[in-house]
Amino acid sequence: MAQIFPRSANALARASVFVALFLAAAGGYALWTLAHSGYVTREGIILQQPVPFSHDHHVAQIGIDCRYCHTSVERAASAGIPPTQTCMNCHNQIWTNAAVLEPVRASWRDGKPLTWNRVNDLPDFVYFNHSIHVAKGVACTTCHGRIDKMPLMYQGAPLTMKWCLDCHRDPVPNLRPREEVTNVLWQPPADLAARQKEWALANHVQSKVSCSNCHR
Amino acid sequence: MTDLLMPHPAPATPGGSTTTGDCHVEWKKPSAAPVSVNLAAARERLQSRGGATYWRSLEELAETPEFGELLDREFPRFASEWPDGVSRRNFLQLAAASLGLAGLTACTRQPIEKIVPYVRQAEEFLPGKPILFATSMALSGVATGLLIESHNGRPTKVEGNPEHPASLGATDAVTQASVLGLYDPDRSQAISQLGKAATWTTLNQQLTSALTAQSAFGGAGLRLLTGPVTSPTEARLIAALLESYPQARWHRWDPLARDGATKGLTEAFGAPVGMRFDLAKADVVLALESDFLTAGPGSVRYARDFADRRKVGHPEGAAATMNRLYVAESSPTATGTVADHRFRIRPSQLGGIVQALAAAVGVAGVAAPPLDTASAKWVAATARDLAAHRGAALVVAGETLPAAAHTLVAAINEALGASGGTLLYSAPIEADPVDNLTSLVALLDEMKAGKVDLLLVSGVNPVYDAPADLEVAAVFQGSSALRIHHGLHDDETAAYCQWHVPATHYLESWGDARAYDGTVSLVQPLIEPLYGGKTTGEMVGALLGRPTDDAYTLLRETWEGQMGGETFESAFRKLLHDGMVPASALAPSQPAWVGASVSAAVQALAGEPAGGELELALRPDPSVLDGRFANNGWLQELPKPITKLTWENAILLSPRTAEKLGVKGNDVAELTSPDGRKLTGPVWLLPGQADGVATVHLGYGRTRAGKVANGIGFSAYAAQTLASRYGLPSVTLAATGDSAELATTQGHQSIDWMREESEQATERAIVRQATLSEFEQDPHFAHAGAHEGIDVNASFNPGFEYKGYSWGMVIDLNACNGCNACVVACQSENNIPVVGKEQVARGREMHWIRVDRYYQGDVDEPSAIVSQPIVCMQCEQAPCEVVCPVAATVHSTEGLNDMVYNRCVGTRYCANNCPYKVRRFNFLLYQDWETEQFKLQRNPDVTVRSRGVMEKCTYCVQRINRARIPADRDQRQVADGEIQTACQQACPPQAISFGNINDPAAKVVADKKNPRNYSLLEELGTRPRTTYLAMVKNPNPELSA
Repeated sequence: MAQIFPRSANALARASVFVALFLAAAGGYALWTLAHSGYVTREGIILQQPVPFSHDHHVAQIGIDCRYCHTSVERAASAGIPPTQTCMNCHNQIWTNAAVLEPVRASWRDGKPLTWNRVNDLPDFVYFNHSIHVAKGVACTTCHGRIDKMPLMYQGAPLTMKWCLDCHRDPVPNLRPREEVTNVLWQPPADLAARQKEWALANHVQSKVSCSNCHR
Repeated sequence: MTDLLMPHPAPATPGGSTTTGDCHVEWKKPSAAPVSVNLAAARERLQSRGGATYWRSLEELAETPEFGELLDREFPRFASEWPDGVSRRNFLQLAAASLGLAGLTACTRQPIEKIVPYVRQAEEFLPGKPILFATSMALSGVATGLLIESHNGRPTKVEGNPEHPASLGATDAVTQASVLGLYDPDRSQAISQLGKAATWTTLNQQLTSALTAQSAFGGAGLRLLTGPVTSPTEARLIAALLESYPQARWHRWDPLARDGATKGLTEAFGAPVGMRFDLAKADVVLALESDFLTAGPGSVRYARDFADRRKVGHPEGAAATMNRLYVAESSPTATGTVADHRFRIRPSQLGGIVQALAAAVGVAGVAAPPLDTASAKWVAATARDLAAHRGAALVVAGETLPAAAHTLVAAINEALGASGGTLLYSAPIEADPVDNLTSLVALLDEMKAGKVDLLLVSGVNPVYDAPADLEVAAVFQGSSALRIHHGLHDDETAAYCQWHVPATHYLESWGDARAYDGTVSLVQPLIEPLYGGKTTGEMVGALLGRPTDDAYTLLRETWEGQMGGETFESAFRKLLHDGMVPASALAPSQPAWVGASVSAAVQALAGEPAGGELELALRPDPSVLDGRFANNGWLQELPKPITKLTWENAILLSPRTAEKLGVKGNDVAELTSPDGRKLTGPVWLLPGQADGVATVHLGYGRTRAGKVANGIGFSAYAAQTLASRYGLPSVTLAATGDSAELATTQGHQSIDWMREESEQATERAIVRQATLSEFEQDPHFAHAGAHEGIDVNASFNPGFEYKGYSWGMVIDLNACNGCNACVVACQSENNIPVVGKEQVARGREMHWIRVDRYYQGDVDEPSAIVSQPIVCMQCEQAPCEVVCPVAATVHSTEGLNDMVYNRCVGTRYCANNCPYKVRRFNFLLYQDWETEQFKLQRNPDVTVRSRGVMEKCTYCVQRINRARIPADRDQRQVADGEIQTACQQACPPQAISFGNINDPAAKVVADKKNPRNYSLLEELGTRPRTTYLAMVKNPNPELSA
């Protein structure tokens, strides 16, 4: 019986092994990329909000400190989302007729809260505490990105466990002086690395990688 | 066959659906009918082991194959069985599907969550940070001061108020569970008239016309039925009502009321008096059929004061501080287990014993009746000991004793010079104390006579819990009165009333009440009433023609009247902040003795019937009490202190009595009273039970309590009559031929040391105890013979150096009385699910802390009953960690054995390898993720676990973090006492200490240095962080000889 496959088919068979390996690797790479992409982590994705609140405007242009609205960031696990009252402190004086602020005025009028879509959302089994990070000299922008450059809010970092642990294993390169934590325009000094070691000592910064530090 | 044997609807989650999991598969236990124990074998076995052996159940002694299973396997056989009807084909399908789905879970994106900030944020509110509010919970009218943890306006956890005299920071099990009662989805949610929704306005229109008619003849047809009232506000309103309607009557009913004591003391002193104990001063205490350390007013405080005298540390001086407790009781109670001498007696013997005691301590006019030799011996010795400690001795009489016995006990206490020292009399804390039963009977008589036109029943349930011969249901049905029921549930009594008004839970109410010592305690709401609801004060207000005045207005009125003045506003705010009125405890007084009362009491006791072959004792259930907490899943699943039964009641018999009557454990038997009343229920053999006594707990067999309680157990009220409220002197018992399976946890998680019979096994026993004199001779008795020649710290690896914190715990077995407060506190704090009776029977209960109960000695005459709480030992060399294939359980830098739920894949290897058997596995989806109310209850600081995940005690790591983070922020160390685990905080006798063992000043370090300190299974080299303080008993040499 004549051979079914010509001799040249051998080369094809050999090549197909490499093609298969390549495809598997490419598939794996694609999945890996997807899992770490903004699509899954939501990094950089802008969510629809009831009011197109601009951090760019309020922080960079007006210069309001983060803690004016996020009042509990130094005292509690949650930084706090401002009550309507905080908005109305200014907006009962300025932009009182702006159409874009109607939901805020309606909330104030009717006593019904605004409902925002959560941008920085950790899984429910993760217990993050803002106050301790701020106390140790981890700046707002370190995790939230350059808030002052966000006309609309998006997640500034992947917020994956690997990302958390990268810093938790070696927090020193991410430190600032405590009083500069909310300063979005902070300029690092020239001898940053040396100073960071000092700040770490001063604020008792430790590497914390036990499971129960974040999971309870 | 009675409905008892019908398959109970297995209530899976409190009030939730009856399916336990999300797979909706009917589960059937593959095993056959329960195997009964060969008692002869058990006795023989014990004999061969020697007298001092500890054992947990008769099954263990008889070496039944079932017990062997429990011992050998982490999970009993069939615990991990597939549901019936799973073929190989199904299995493969499911396996393939789960493999596929397991991969898919990684692909899900988190849903977008919402943030809903306040419009106007409350002062002092920090999102995510709980706020504590002071309030009080009244049980049978008597308040305990509490601090309630509120997360974003949701009360989630009950703690004691450390400044309140009735609590000192601790709480009992029912108080811990009360927060679940708030979120009970079976609570009535609307006002109803004849079962149809109605409004408060309509009710008030009807009330107005009825009251207008009443006012013509002074309210002669107006009746009010409530529980005991200590609340100044309620008392004020009721007094105003009785003033407006002079012919109206106020009746009281409460199955837990201490009628005997009220009546007996009234006889003794001519007028009602309040009575409380000061156990800190008591050197010798005798409790007669009284569980005063875990039940009744003031028990939390009593447990604390009592235990403080038993936490001996240094052998020098131990004898001087340690008290001695004698307990005489028919059925073992938590108080009985901590006694130095426990006597098993029949209730009918009590009258004679009280008289003999009275005679022995020198009460004039009492002659000792003839007693059997054994009783005479212990009565004489006890009386001598009591008399020798004149001024520091105390006799406590249980609420089931007849009034005359209470009078005599008062006389004994008088002879012992107790009054003013160990016992304080005062004005009664209750407003207008009455005999509850007489009061209820009077009301029913008038209803029968047609004299009642308008009846308000507030917060009581006589149709269910009154003696059967009163036939309350029939009387209610036959009455033409307008009947309004006010209560948390649309219960049995509501069914016989035209109107039903939902009551507010105490966590939704404004009000006040007095504590056991009279301290006025404020009740303030933690949340808006979930379903509207009215307080008792508001209901009485409606009768007073003030239907729109809310409880807050009524409360303020009371205190404005008392404190008045310009400073009232700030003073009232201070009261609410503190939760109590300062220095409002009732002043101790010495009421004058009525001379003739002793002889009258002796005469009355002579008339008490003698006990027959078998006596019946009816007692409140240790978990659900008289049935008022029956719909609380946490309490139903709580293993009862001695029997370790869950989800039902049983006929408790001593092994010897059962043999004599020809019944076996788990047999269904019928108890028949002389007048033909019958109780049918399963028999439970209870070593330590008095011979010839059948004890049945009340509180079961409810029909309209809710999804959790309906239809489980049997109602012992059916055998109750006017003359026999607490039992019958003579009943007969016969097996029906059926058998029932009971869900007990006594054999579950048995630690595998008990079968070993070597001397070594006894020496390194799990429970270690000595007498006081032995302790003084050898303070280190707990370490005798242990790990000799074994260096438990030996390791090839260098140890880890704990530089910062290093957490540890010590549990004092001498303080623990097994009251279960810790178990419920842990359940409440850590979002632990309820699994239902059927799952408990499979050994799948989820409690992170369990209280093991050991007997010591003979089956028929156990020499000791010991309670030992077991939490995760947080072993330094944890056997669970090394076997986890996915590193879901690992050590933290502070010595905790962390459990990472989101890593766990459910191999259960860790549980298999845990010698202490403290790990719990979510075999099914036990959490109720559907019911909205339960979502409000959960602690947001603890992950809610799903199916297929292992869990265990974490030392309340969320509390550690809650204290450690602010301390770290302030650059300081966590102070000792700043962190309290949930079990520790709730513990009434404060048996648990927790802290940083690197802090030399910490209490936990002092406890670990106590010579009584020992580790469980130390020889395994696990180096547990939880250690125990061995028991020291203080027996009377005269009796132990």
